[in-house]
Amino acid sequence: MTLSRALIVTRRELRDQLRDWRIIFPVVVLTLFFPLLMNFTADRMLDFMAQHGANILGERLVPFLLMVVGFFPISVSLVIALESFVGEKERHSLEPLLASPLTDTELYVGKILASTLPPLLSSYLGIFVYLVGLALTVGWFAEPVLLIQILALTTVQGLVMVAGAVVVSSQATSVRAANLLASFIIIPFALLIQGESVIMLWGRYEALWWILLALLLILFILLRMGVQLFNREELLGRDLDELNLKAAWRTFAQGFVGAGQRAGLAGWYRKEVFPTVARLRAPIAVLGLALFGAVLLGYSQASQYPNLFVAGNFRLLEDTAEHFAQFGFFSPTGASWVFLINLRALGFASLLGIFSWGVLAIVLLMVPLALTGFFAGQLALAGVSPLSFFAAFILPHGVAEIPAALLAGGAILRLGASVIAPPPGKTLSEGWLLALADWAKILLGLVIPLLAMAALLEAFLTPRVVLMVFGN
Amino acid sequence: MVEAHELVKQFDDFIAVRGLSLHVQPGEVLALLGPNGAGKTTTVRMLHAILKPTSGWARVAGYDVVRQAEAVRRSVGVLTEHHGLYFRMQAEEYLSFFGELYGLSPAVCRKRATYWLERFGMSEAVSKRLGEYSKGMRQKLALIRALLHDPPVLLLDEPTSAMDPESARLVRDAISQLRSANRAIILCTHNLTEAEQLADQIAIIRRGTIVARGSPEQLKRDLLGPALLELRTAAPLNGVAHSLSDLVEIVEAGDNWLRYRTPDPATYNPLILQRLTERRVPVITLAEVPRSLEDVYLQVIAHQ
Repeated sequence: MTLSRALIVTRRELRDQLRDWRIIFPVVVLTLFFPLLMNFTADRMLDFMAQHGANILGERLVPFLLMVVGFFPISVSLVIALESFVGEKERHSLEPLLASPLTDTELYVGKILASTLPPLLSSYLGIFVYLVGLALTVGWFAEPVLLIQILALTTVQGLVMVAGAVVVSSQATSVRAANLLASFIIIPFALLIQGESVIMLWGRYEALWWILLALLLILFILLRMGVQLFNREELLGRDLDELNLKAAWRTFAQGFVGAGQRAGLAGWYRKEVFPTVARLRAPIAVLGLALFGAVLLGYSQASQYPNLFVAGNFRLLEDTAEHFAQFGFFSPTGASWVFLINLRALGFASLLGIFSWGVLAIVLLMVPLALTGFFAGQLALAGVSPLSFFAAFILPHGVAEIPAALLAGGAILRLGASVIAPPPGKTLSEGWLLALADWAKILLGLVIPLLAMAALLEAFLTPRVVLMVFGN
Repeated sequence: MVEAHELVKQFDDFIAVRGLSLHVQPGEVLALLGPNGAGKTTTVRMLHAILKPTSGWARVAGYDVVRQAEAVRRSVGVLTEHHGLYFRMQAEEYLSFFGELYGLSPAVCRKRATYWLERFGMSEAVSKRLGEYSKGMRQKLALIRALLHDPPVLLLDEPTSAMDPESARLVRDAISQLRSANRAIILCTHNLTEAEQLADQIAIIRRGTIVARGSPEQLKRDLLGPALLELRTAAPLNGVAHSLSDLVEIVEAGDNWLRYRTPDPATYNPLILQRLTERRVPVITLAEVPRSLEDVYLQVIAHQ
C-alpha cells in the first residue's frame, strides 16, 4: 500500500466534490452561518438564564453548542461516503478503478480520506468561527482540555460514520439501498449525541473520554471490517440486493450438518459439534477471562457498599427450606422455570451479540458473575469463607451451567465477530451464516442439554447443599 | 499471452463460468460471443484479476491472475461493459487521472492522450465536461482510457456499441492496428460482422462454457458443412445437373442454375467446369454462397 497512490484517488474525489453545489452549499452554511447562529443563540441564552438566576445552565449550554457546531458539518461525511462508494458502483465508474493497479487498501484509504477531509476541515473551521464569535461577544474561552475533547470526538465521530458507510456500501448496490441501511449508522449516532448532550449539560466532561475510547474501539472494528469487505470480489461479485433465502438456507444447513451428514447423531457430535468446540477455543478463552474478571470486579466492589450480611453470623432462617419450596425449588416446575430463564438470557445475549460484534453479549454474561463476586466479597467481609459460598450456592449446578455459558458465549462472540473478518474465500453473509450454524450446533448439541441438567441440579441439589452448609 | 485453463466461477449457488479454457497469442484477436448472461463479462473480470476464479487458473501477460493480480492489472487495458466516466471531469483531466494510476509520467500521458484523442476525432471536445459527450464519444474516451498505458493485452467489451458507423470504423481500424502491433486482444461483442472482420479466433460461450471455437472459416466449415457453391449458366442445364452428382452433392437446381457442396472445391470445380464445357453449356458465374458468422452463431445457439 502506498499513500501516494491512495492520494491520487483522494485528489480526484475532492476536485469532484468541489464542483458539486449539493456538497458545497451545506458545507458553507454549516461552516460559516450555523456557528454564527449558535453564537447568537449562546449570547441570548446566557442573558436569559442570567435573568432567571440559572447561570449554570447557560454555562453548560455554551460547551454543548460547541459540540453541536463541530458535529453538524461532519454529518455530511456520511452522505459523501455513501455517494462515493455506492454512487460509483451504481454509475459503473468503480469498475475502471478496480481494473487499475490500485490495491484494495489504497482505494479504500483514498476514498475514506476523500469522504472525511472536507467535512472535518469544515467542522474545525466551524468550531473556530464559533469560538472567535464567543470570544468577541461574551468573552467566553474554551478550556484547552474541553477543546481537545470536542476536536477528538468530532474527528473520531466523522471517521466512524465514514467507516460505517463503507461497510454499508459494500452490502448495497444502489444509493437508495445504502441510504436505507444507513439508518444503522444514523440512529446510533442520534442516540450518542443525545447521550453526549446529557453528559455535557450534567457537566461530567470526564465521561467524554470514555465515549471517545468506545468510539475508537468501534472505529477500529469498522475499519477492520471495511478493509475486509472493500475488495474487488465483494464489490463486483454482487449485482443484485436480492435476498436468496434458498442459498442462505443451503449454506446454513451445510455448516450445521457438514461432515456429520448420514453419520447419525453420534457421528454429528464426533464430526461437527466437538470440532466446532475446538474451533471456538479462542472466543471461549476470551469469555472465560472476561467472566473471571467480572467475579474479581464484583468481589473488589464489595467493600464499597454497605454490607448486606451480619458479621460472623451468616445462617439461613429456619423456614428457608419452605421458602425454597414456595419459589418452586425441589419441583420439576421450578427446574423448568430455571431452564427457561437461562435459555432466555442466552437468547437475549445472542441477539445483543449480533448487533454489537459480540461485545454486549459478554457484558450481559458478566453481570451475574459480577454479582456473584460481589456477594462473595460481602460474605468474606462478614467473616464467611467465599469458597464455601461458591461451593454451596454456585458449584452444584455451576458444573453444568458455567460450561454451558462459556460454550454459548464463545459461539455468540464468534457470531458477532464473524462480520468483522469473514473467513478467507467467504463473503460476509457466508461467513455469518457459517458462524450462525456453529452457534446453532453448540446450542442444540451441548448448551441446551447442559442447561437442562443445570436446571435440575439448581432446583433439586443446590438448595439442599445450601441448607446443609448454611442451614441451622 | 492470455492463457486460461478450466476456469470456474461460482456465486453462491450460481455457476457463471464452468471449465472455460482459452489461449490467445500476441498479435491475435479472440472474439467471445454469446447471449447475455453467458459468462463473457465474468470471464473478462477473472482475466483482469478483479474476480478470483473458484477453480482453474489463468495467466495474462505471463502473470498469474490470483497470485500476481496487481501485475496483471498493470498489463491489461480494459474497456468495461459500461464506460464508467466521471461526468464532471474533462477528457484530459480524466485521462491524466488514469495515467497517474498506471504510473505514467504527465508528459507521456499527455502525449498519448493527445494522439488517441486526435485519432478518434475528439480533439475539439477536450474542453467539454464528459457529461456533455454523446454515447459514442463516451465509449471512445473509455477505449482511450484502456489504451493509455500501452498494455500488451486488451480486453474490450463491446468496443463499438453506441457508435456511429464512422466512429466504429475508426475503432475497428485501431484494433486492427493494435493486433499488428502484437497485442493480444479479447473482444466481447454481439456484433457478429465486427467479430468476423476482426477476429482470428471465435469462441462461442453458452451457460459459462465454450460450445464452439475456431477461426471464422473453420467454424463455418465445421458447423455449416462444406462450402456451398452456386453455378449459373447461359443456357438451360437440361439434365446436366444430374450427371454431375458423381462429382459433388447437388443441393438444389433450377433451369439454368444449380447449387452444390464439395469438401474440395480446388479439385472438383475445374472438373465440373470441364464437364459443362464438354456439354456446351456456357457458364456465367461460379461462386461460393456467402455464409455469415451469424449463421454459425445461430446454429450453435439453437443446437445448444
